[in-house]
Amino acid sequence: MTTAPTPVPTPAAAETSGGPGAPGPVTSSPAPPPVGRRLLRGGSWLATVPLLAFFLIGFGLPAVAIVTGAFTVSSDAETGAGAFTTANLTDSVQGAYWTALLSSIKLSALTALIGTVLGVPIAQAVLTSRFRMLREAVLTASGVLANFGGLPLAFAFVATLGNAGEVTRMFHLTDHGWSLYSFTGLAVTYLYFLVPLMVLTITPALEGLRVQWREAAQNNRATTLQYWRHIALPILFPSLLGGFVLLFGSAFAAYATAAAMVGATVPLISRQIADALSGNVLVGQGNLALALSLDMIIVAVLVMAVYLPLQRRSARWLS
Amino acid sequence: MAQLISRLRVWRGAVLLLAGLYFLVPMAASVWFSIDDRDGISFEAYTGLLSAEGFTDSLVLTLELAAVTVVVLLLLLVPAMIAVRIGSPRLRPVLEVVCTLPLVVPPVALTAGLIGVLRWGPDYLMDTPFFQTFVFVQQPEFPLVLVVAYVLMALPLAYRALDSGLRAVDVPTLVEAARNCGASWPRAVVSVVLPNLRGALLNAAFLTLALVLGEFTTASILGYQPFAVWIYSVGNSQGQMSVAVSVLSLLITWVLLLLLAAAGRERRHKTAATS
Repeated sequence: MTTAPTPVPTPAAAETSGGPGAPGPVTSSPAPPPVGRRLLRGGSWLATVPLLAFFLIGFGLPAVAIVTGAFTVSSDAETGAGAFTTANLTDSVQGAYWTALLSSIKLSALTALIGTVLGVPIAQAVLTSRFRMLREAVLTASGVLANFGGLPLAFAFVATLGNAGEVTRMFHLTDHGWSLYSFTGLAVTYLYFLVPLMVLTITPALEGLRVQWREAAQNNRATTLQYWRHIALPILFPSLLGGFVLLFGSAFAAYATAAAMVGATVPLISRQIADALSGNVLVGQGNLALALSLDMIIVAVLVMAVYLPLQRRSARWLS
Repeated sequence: MAQLISRLRVWRGAVLLLAGLYFLVPMAASVWFSIDDRDGISFEAYTGLLSAEGFTDSLVLTLELAAVTVVVLLLLLVPAMIAVRIGSPRLRPVLEVVCTLPLVVPPVALTAGLIGVLRWGPDYLMDTPFFQTFVFVQQPEFPLVLVVAYVLMALPLAYRALDSGLRAVDVPTLVEAARNCGASWPRAVVSVVLPNLRGALLNAAFLTLALVLGEFTTASILGYQPFAVWIYSVGNSQGQMSVAVSVLSLLITWVLLLLLAAAGRERRHKTAATS
């Protein structure tokens, strides 16, 4: 039972974005002979070697650099050899750095939560719509917008809701206390790519909800609300949580949008790292940046750790 | 029942309308902002773009980086994923971990790590090939270190896209059939498996392309000037032009995606017609 191939591939769930509904030819051979399969094996693992080697060098070395750097104080700039210390890490969770870390976590959690709550009804509305065109258009648009992070997004929002932005001027928003260069402004901007990301992420799961389940619920006189409350949402829960984690990660890692838009008004950990790396080159700042990076990674790992065990559960229902 | 359906339609319409407004208004406002002039409408922000200093250089650099990243990524990932499907299912968790881990490391942290590694080189390895490697990957005309970073960042996206494509295809059976018909290994993969993955491959390539086109963090911290970094420097002095570029970059991404979707569809029609 270790790696049984999924017997019924659901092509609908396989489409991630923008694909037209028609699935490719599905070869349905229920039980392939195990004897022939063995012949295929010899040395196929070799094909994974380049990827693993690349990963070990490209990802492994920086990871080692982060961990060792975070725990050393480079007293001697010439040799780079340093002594073990926890000073970098303790510094990184104090004062302005701690504020920035908390502020990053707060912003990411809030925007991810709003994104999750808003993304699901949009995805559901699109999926159940009668118009196929609308559905394709929204999924394509989501694909584009989910990748529309970074600088262009910041500039677009400055043009829209910034101090001299079109919408700001039209509705005199500044008089009402609106500022794009604030926590709220940043959250509104982040939602512009987080909501489409959620739509993309949750669509396969929503498609995986079988019509029969709904019919069965209706036959038992369940209302729509009851169907969602007791059947659909529990099944979707791991997918929803997965989407939330993805959104949190995207918001947490985002740097360019904030850098171009709010500058230093909203303290964010990613900006602190960039400043420590590229800004004033004080001795030891580099290692402080590595310690801050380690903090960031720890937060991301903790968030992921909540999600991974739950994801297995969803596989039972939505393959 | 009819009442229920109409109520659902109203609800659905309201959701879509609100979402549409939220997503269209910033675009419309950006377009307006970029052409709005004191004495009417002016397209100067767009026409002045081509002659702007650094525009072509940074764009070319970005496109080169994107092309190399896509090629390297697919060459590393596709054989590994097919191999895991066919003969080494035990490596599958390993591959999954490898392709998910970069998600945990934000680009800023990855950049910090890369800088940490690059700092090792000059310090102790002055006269060794290692040092030359470090110089080689950092050359300003084509910074390979950026390719390494981009491949890592795109790994989770591309893995997801390819994995969902592979799920819809029974790779072992396809390969077995091809091998039984006398096809060699490379031929079985290239002319039987890959055409079935066309959509997934395009999807992975597109996601990677979009990521590289918009990537700012690593390039700016490492001090290179691809397109996104150039936009940033323009944004400081010419607000209108930076918005114009934002509008253009959105349009370009859109066109790319539509082209790729069309390519995928065409292929599907062809296979349906010939089979």
